[in-house]
Amino acid sequence: MKFLPLVIANLGRHKLRTILTITSVALALFLFASLRTVGTTLDAGSQASSAQRIITQNSTAFVIPLPMSYANRLASVPHVTEVTWANWFGGKYGDGKKFFAQFAVDPASYLKMYPEFLIPEEQKQAFLKERSAAIVGEGLIRAFGWKVGQNVTMQGTIFPGDWTFTIRGIYRPTLKEYGDDSFMFHYDYLYEKYPDRVTPGWYIMKIDDPNVAPQVAKTIDDQFRNSSAPTKTGTEKAFAAGFASMWGNVKLLMSTIGMAVVFAILLVSANAMMMNQRERTAEVAVMKTVGFSDRRIFGLVITEAATIALTGAILGLGAAILLPTVTGFGDGGFLPGFHVTTGTALVGGVVAVVLAIASGIFPAWQAARLPVVQALRRVE
Amino acid sequence: MALVEIRDVFKSFKREAQTVDVYTGLTIDFEEGSYTALMGPSGSGKSTLLNLVAGLDKPTSGTVTVGGATVSSMSPSQLADWRARTIGFVFQSYNLLPVLTAQQNVELPLLLTNLSRKERADRTALALGVVGLSDRLDHYPRQLSGGQEQRVAIARAIVADPTLILLDEPTGQLDAKSSEEVLELLRRLNKEFRKTIMMVTHDAKAADHASTVLHLEKGVLLERAGVAT
Repeated sequence: MKFLPLVIANLGRHKLRTILTITSVALALFLFASLRTVGTTLDAGSQASSAQRIITQNSTAFVIPLPMSYANRLASVPHVTEVTWANWFGGKYGDGKKFFAQFAVDPASYLKMYPEFLIPEEQKQAFLKERSAAIVGEGLIRAFGWKVGQNVTMQGTIFPGDWTFTIRGIYRPTLKEYGDDSFMFHYDYLYEKYPDRVTPGWYIMKIDDPNVAPQVAKTIDDQFRNSSAPTKTGTEKAFAAGFASMWGNVKLLMSTIGMAVVFAILLVSANAMMMNQRERTAEVAVMKTVGFSDRRIFGLVITEAATIALTGAILGLGAAILLPTVTGFGDGGFLPGFHVTTGTALVGGVVAVVLAIASGIFPAWQAARLPVVQALRRVE
Repeated sequence: MALVEIRDVFKSFKREAQTVDVYTGLTIDFEEGSYTALMGPSGSGKSTLLNLVAGLDKPTSGTVTVGGATVSSMSPSQLADWRARTIGFVFQSYNLLPVLTAQQNVELPLLLTNLSRKERADRTALALGVVGLSDRLDHYPRQLSGGQEQRVAIARAIVADPTLILLDEPTGQLDAKSSEEVLELLRRLNKEFRKTIMMVTHDAKAADHASTVLHLEKGVLLERAGVAT
């Protein structure tokens, strides 16, 4: 501790350089943690999905809907115990700057299919009874300050027009990976305005045994193979994993960019430390003359590097942890539950320690090995 | 009684392909409490002698003993520890750490001891008081004159109460008045505090303050006076 003022004084020697180096490290760790969190969030979403639910979508593309008539045919497939459906609405609220997902759903069957959405019973009943009713996640309530009973008007983009909904319920997910920022309303409300265009976007089925999911999926897809709307069926887990795998290359790219940034900052940080040491050759020689041992000098330089790296890490990781909450990033359904995990924070900490050692070890070694007589001769 | 004993020391440097001999069998003693000025032209080996005595450099052969400790055979970590307790070193260009205040610069050698914070502060204040800079504790080197900087450097050299003070051209960058102040301070340290002083200088006036003046030329002792043998 008694050497701390010496370390702090040395860090304050070139304040701007120190601040810029700390900022670089903070930015690197922020990017590293944020980019890694995209991957962990996608994986967590996949893990949280139920293996007992399977999803059928149009095999051509996710955005092409399926006929309504499929509902009964799917219900009759062996092992299928429940069927529901949903549509992507794609509306805009207010200035549209804050994106969130809206789904037109078959209310009773959908809520039965997803017990993970917790809704007070009286709110649930109110939602089921009213055609223009909507239920929203508590995240949206926080974001927009909505209340139960409030009318909310959105502009349709896929289905043009002004759409007014009455909020009748607020749901809370049992797991944050399900997200608390979706908006759900009656499929019929959408259908009655656009009867010629609206059919289910995808079907969700519950099966009685997760082990038969591949067989059931094959049966369904075989059934519709030669129809005008062939299907692609998989478990919800596989659907989520498939959604995540769409990001697969992006994930690789992100982790590559993250590591590249960290490596670049390592070079910046090491260069700053070496510049510091070069400028202090005489001082190190004097300190050795005073009685500082090689080991002590090594420790002081490493401590300086560690102070820079760890301060940067605390700022960067802290920002990565706080920013999603403060800015609401991840709201809107694409990356529900986006948050820096303990694992990512720990990996970030390890990266910071490696950064500290790697950036400090060479200048520290140079300082420790500095021949005093030659250094003093250069100075004198 | 001899504090510093130099016995049959050979020292040579490699300069490119050539070997330059600085000392070829130098033997000399420096008595405890003595004040010796080392004079001679550049390259005569004055500073090398200080470096050997301080353990900053090793002789090619021979032994250097200070207060009974054989400096020339100590390991680097032993030397660092020994220097912190035994040697005070003052340079021509002061070599204060610019980011530290006068007080912090003087305290530097005490960081290597087990003294408490208060004891360190007391001893630092005492050392700065001895050199007449009690009112400059919080000044940074850039806020001090050359003479004041050198006095802070001397305070740093004496704060750990070393047996031996080594000075390499301590007045080389000072004006006449500041030089006189520094030399008077060294005289006091020798007379009042019984510090053994070895000072390299080109300045004959500075050498006049010493009790012994040695002239070195090409590593050979040409003239000697006083207690040195």
